[in-house]
Amino acid sequence: MIRVAMPAHLRTLAGVNGDVTLEIEGEVTRRSVLDALEKQYPMLRGTIREHVSGERRPFLRFFACGEDITHNSPDDPLPEEIASGAEPFYVIGAIAGG
Amino acid sequence: MSNVRVLVGTRKGAFILSSDGKREQWDVSGPHFAGWELYHLKGSPADPNRIYASQTSGWFGQIIQRSDDGGKTWFQPGTPAGLPTTTPEGMPMGESNKFVYDTSEKTGKPLTTHQWYDGTAHPWEFKRVWHLEPSPDDPDTVYAGVEDAALFKSTNGGQTWDELPGLRGHGTGALWQPGAGGMCLHSIILDGERIFVAISAAGAFRSDDSGATWKPINKGLHSQYIPDPSAEVGHCVHHIAKHPSSSNVLFMQKHWDVMRSDDAGDNWTEVSGNLPTDFGFVIDVHAHEPETIYVVPIKSDGEHYPLDGKLQVYRSRSGGNEWEPLTKGLPQSNCYVNVLRDAMAVDSLDSCGIYFGTTGGQVYASADSGDNWAPIVRDLPAVLSVEVQTFS
Repeated sequence: MIRVAMPAHLRTLAGVNGDVTLEIEGEVTRRSVLDALEKQYPMLRGTIREHVSGERRPFLRFFACGEDITHNSPDDPLPEEIASGAEPFYVIGAIAGG
Repeated sequence: MSNVRVLVGTRKGAFILSSDGKREQWDVSGPHFAGWELYHLKGSPADPNRIYASQTSGWFGQIIQRSDDGGKTWFQPGTPAGLPTTTPEGMPMGESNKFVYDTSEKTGKPLTTHQWYDGTAHPWEFKRVWHLEPSPDDPDTVYAGVEDAALFKSTNGGQTWDELPGLRGHGTGALWQPGAGGMCLHSIILDGERIFVAISAAGAFRSDDSGATWKPINKGLHSQYIPDPSAEVGHCVHHIAKHPSSSNVLFMQKHWDVMRSDDAGDNWTEVSGNLPTDFGFVIDVHAHEPETIYVVPIKSDGEHYPLDGKLQVYRSRSGGNEWEPLTKGLPQSNCYVNVLRDAMAVDSLDSCGIYFGTTGGQVYASADSGDNWAPIVRDLPAVLSVEVQTFS
């Protein structure tokens, strides 16, 4: 079981409170987590990754176990703490604007 | 009994203002989609309980929302909250916020760049929906004007969108350039098989075949700020408006200049007349008087607020050139708000109501064609758009 923590606006869109939980078969990577998230909550498609390019939206970053993994390969394995659900995978919105 | 519903999009959510035909007492609901930019909301003329909304964010991109009960509840078309699976019909959920430019060989155009601010080629990049225009006949058909400028259409209630690529691909698209606010398609007027659109900063365009083919309609526009002031495209049109009964008469608020056309946009003439400044964003037409039009003059392109701190709507009862200031009930000192391009609308009650919203969060209403004004609300977030639904 994977836990994902998202910004409040995305939780509202998905109709959830708090972290969401996902089941992932196979290797747990950033790509597999986001694929599973969008499959379970299709209203989030396009809000984290661009529809066409699949690229991360510029004002979002990804954290795992206190580390910014935004610029790591999306196919790098995530830490065991994420894969086991001990720690959440964080989707963080940049603090910007007003 | 008659009543009106005013749909207000703001920088931080949507608000719905409701009143009876007297338009004196108002109920306010909202914020809907709190914290998000609501560029535009508009109701379907064919089913007034059907409202489409453009919800957008620099962080999370574009969301299309729909209400089928007059704004009480909302959902992403095809993706109701709590039902995160595909529909029994196989409808692809999560597609309602997907706007993909059509460059296919069969239907699209091999056009992949427009001009950037410095004149270099820049790829088309979808950013947001500026304007939603529901069909007058079919609640499930709705058009979307987007940034970077293009026109999309949905025929399934906003669940999926397809570009009408003939606009971007008719020949001048590679010359279009963004204005200061981005390269947005902000005005859509549906008139049978005719469609008029306006793009900042490309100009106005018309299709006579339901959006299949297009041509620029900018002859007569003169813009000193572009290399060729009378170019076929490149004009920063801020808004266009049309009375439903006048098939060939259009009005335009350009960056500078208020214009009119009597031949469906083929030729334009300036009708700024005695306006104190002809810079501005909004323009609209009285519901029952096709030659009565309204603008809100703004000081200049460098100072986006009213002249001398006095908020004044100007009305022409002659289709332009002769204008009168309307000030009763509007602040006449220390007012430095702006009125953005989609933030004026009219109702169609017997005594025509005029409405506009400001960047200061006020929404003003006049129930007597502009003679007297009063704020419905004073302290909303900056208003991006105002639309009105009339029930009589």
